[in-house]
Amino acid sequence: MSQIAPPDDVDLIQLLTPTGQRVDRPDYSPRIAHLDAAALRGMYRDMLLTRRFDTEATALQRQGELGLWAQSLGQEAAQVGSGRAAAPQDMIFPAYREHGVAFVRGLELTKILRQFRGIDHGGWDPKDHNFHLYTLVIGSHTLHATGYAMGMQRDGVVGTGDPQRDAATMVYFGDGATSEGDTNEALVFAAVNNAPVVFFCQNNQWAISEPTSRQSRVPLYRRGQGFGIPSLRVDGNDVLACYAVTSEALERARSGGGPTFIEAFTYRMGAHTTSDDPTRYRSAAEEQYWRDRDPIDRLLALMKAEDAVDDAWLAELDAEATAFGEHIRTTVRSFERPSSDFMFRNVYAGPHAIVDDERAWFEAYQRTFADAPATEGGH
Amino acid sequence: MTTLTLAGAINAGLRRALENDPKVLLMGEDIGALGGVFRVTDGLHKDFGGERVVDTPLAEAGIVGTAIGLAMRGYRPVCEIQFDGFIFPAFDQITTQLAKMHYRSQGRITLPVVIRVPYGGGIGAIEHHSESPEALFAHTPGLRVVTPATPADGFAMIQQAIASPDPVLFFEPKGRYWDKGEVDLDAAAGAPEGLGVARIARAGTDITIAAYGPTVATALKVAEAAAAEGTSIEVVDLRSLSPLDTATLAESVRRTGHCVVVHEAPVFFGAGAEIAARITEACFFHLEAPVLRVGGFHVPYPVSKLEHDYLPGLDRVLDAVDRALSY
Repeated sequence: MSQIAPPDDVDLIQLLTPTGQRVDRPDYSPRIAHLDAAALRGMYRDMLLTRRFDTEATALQRQGELGLWAQSLGQEAAQVGSGRAAAPQDMIFPAYREHGVAFVRGLELTKILRQFRGIDHGGWDPKDHNFHLYTLVIGSHTLHATGYAMGMQRDGVVGTGDPQRDAATMVYFGDGATSEGDTNEALVFAAVNNAPVVFFCQNNQWAISEPTSRQSRVPLYRRGQGFGIPSLRVDGNDVLACYAVTSEALERARSGGGPTFIEAFTYRMGAHTTSDDPTRYRSAAEEQYWRDRDPIDRLLALMKAEDAVDDAWLAELDAEATAFGEHIRTTVRSFERPSSDFMFRNVYAGPHAIVDDERAWFEAYQRTFADAPATEGGH
Repeated sequence: MTTLTLAGAINAGLRRALENDPKVLLMGEDIGALGGVFRVTDGLHKDFGGERVVDTPLAEAGIVGTAIGLAMRGYRPVCEIQFDGFIFPAFDQITTQLAKMHYRSQGRITLPVVIRVPYGGGIGAIEHHSESPEALFAHTPGLRVVTPATPADGFAMIQQAIASPDPVLFFEPKGRYWDKGEVDLDAAAGAPEGLGVARIARAGTDITIAAYGPTVATALKVAEAAAAEGTSIEVVDLRSLSPLDTATLAESVRRTGHCVVVHEAPVFFGAGAEIAARITEACFFHLEAPVLRVGGFHVPYPVSKLEHDYLPGLDRVLDAVDRALSY
């Protein structure tokens, strides 16, 4: 049986209740004091368009346009709140469902769909938005983020006091990843090197079919404490709290204060991927519990209560989402299969006799079919 | 020319790389004040400091995984895995991440990471300290796999490996660490492409022995012994398994008509199988006998009191030479 609600003994940092009422906390409320109505609308737009992207991608998979899709449904607040706390010079290492973070970083989201359509393994330059490629081997990239942060330390971009210069890394992973050796080694390396890295764990309660009780007997954030790393649990469906705790953690990292472990307590409202069937392992009651805590509804309730939004603006956003959906569908359908030589490119940065010979052989082999009609799968 | 051990020559090559490029850093267990368990990094921590010669936590995946991140940030990490048998905790980082990042990023990311691995047996060690896992990495696209056999190559090849834009598994024959040879410390290391080029270690006319790393010295001893009996053996030091310089080896075998491949790793599914297949295809009408392989048996590396029965020594290689020539 999964844990529907956080246990009572955990300090769940929350600045917005599920019904949209503000919670005043002297430690974190000051960190969101500057977020005016326009900023709230910006967050709402990020979350809504991320959800639209996710919905479109799911539909495209069902139509056979994508081989697989990993939904971000329900995790928009955790992703948008934390992503918005990052500075442009911070380096982000996502896992594989951080579509909301990608959106906040400015990535053209359809580039993500290239990987799920099977035409490349990562369709963007990580340097363009300081947003690394998706990593599918669970937890592997926690070490890359830590090493990258160790490089930042050596480059003198940590603790200089210059907000334009000081930088940190942030790595996203899930509840399942906290059991991986790589993640634990990353926490060791980050701790002993005081590396400027924020470990952002989205505890969405389910690692495919396994509840967090199969990963840990303590709340996940306490795992970070065991490494001597400041660690906390935040309401992952509260975009304001996610923003507040992440901005604090990144600020500490950039200033030379070392790593932080954040557990964002959220819920994977969709399936693990389009190949999964959650009805086999979790209850409808549990799903309803979390639907009642939808992160997008929560922010909308606040904005309405504070007159931060009107119907005209919402209608405009709705039109934008419709156009965005059309753009996603059109773009994905226009993605073409790469030519066969694509598979031989960039195996090595320098020449390599074995690959070079095999490529030459295959090209010659394919030329022998030059007169035959082309087939979808090649020869 | 300076007389150096293989360990000393690699040390000199690492020192040269640290001097020439501020982005080069060494990472590993006990490589700092101790100088590594084989002293290959001796003196480097004192001269370059703990930020560049880094004593890491005891976590091999962590060493390689953080090296990947450092390389993404523009550094050229040289990782030391303390012993061959301890590389497996890092196997995932090496094969799923390090080997594939350039490919999956469509060339946007290069990872110039070197992983130094003392390997091979013959030193009377306890289990997990004498293994030869090179074929596992040669089987992984995206990695370069090289091994020096002499101090001169140790000095040059470690610098070439560090200069390579690709990840390099640098296997150091630990049983040869204390073998001495002449090294020209003033020589330029040469371009990284040179890493994949085999060399004729000894010219001969009757049969070719293909060897690499620790078995090159064995092959040269075999050639010496056979010469006394009138057999002329050519020894090819492959230096690299990925890429594999089939051309140099095939040119030799076309002249001699015979080939024996020698390595310490188990013969079954080992590098020798790939080499034999390629030589058979490239030299089929020149071969007067099948390509024979001499190496370890399909058993875990045995207890040290039996390792000289397991390792391909002088007698077993001579036996294979005789079998090939009398086929």
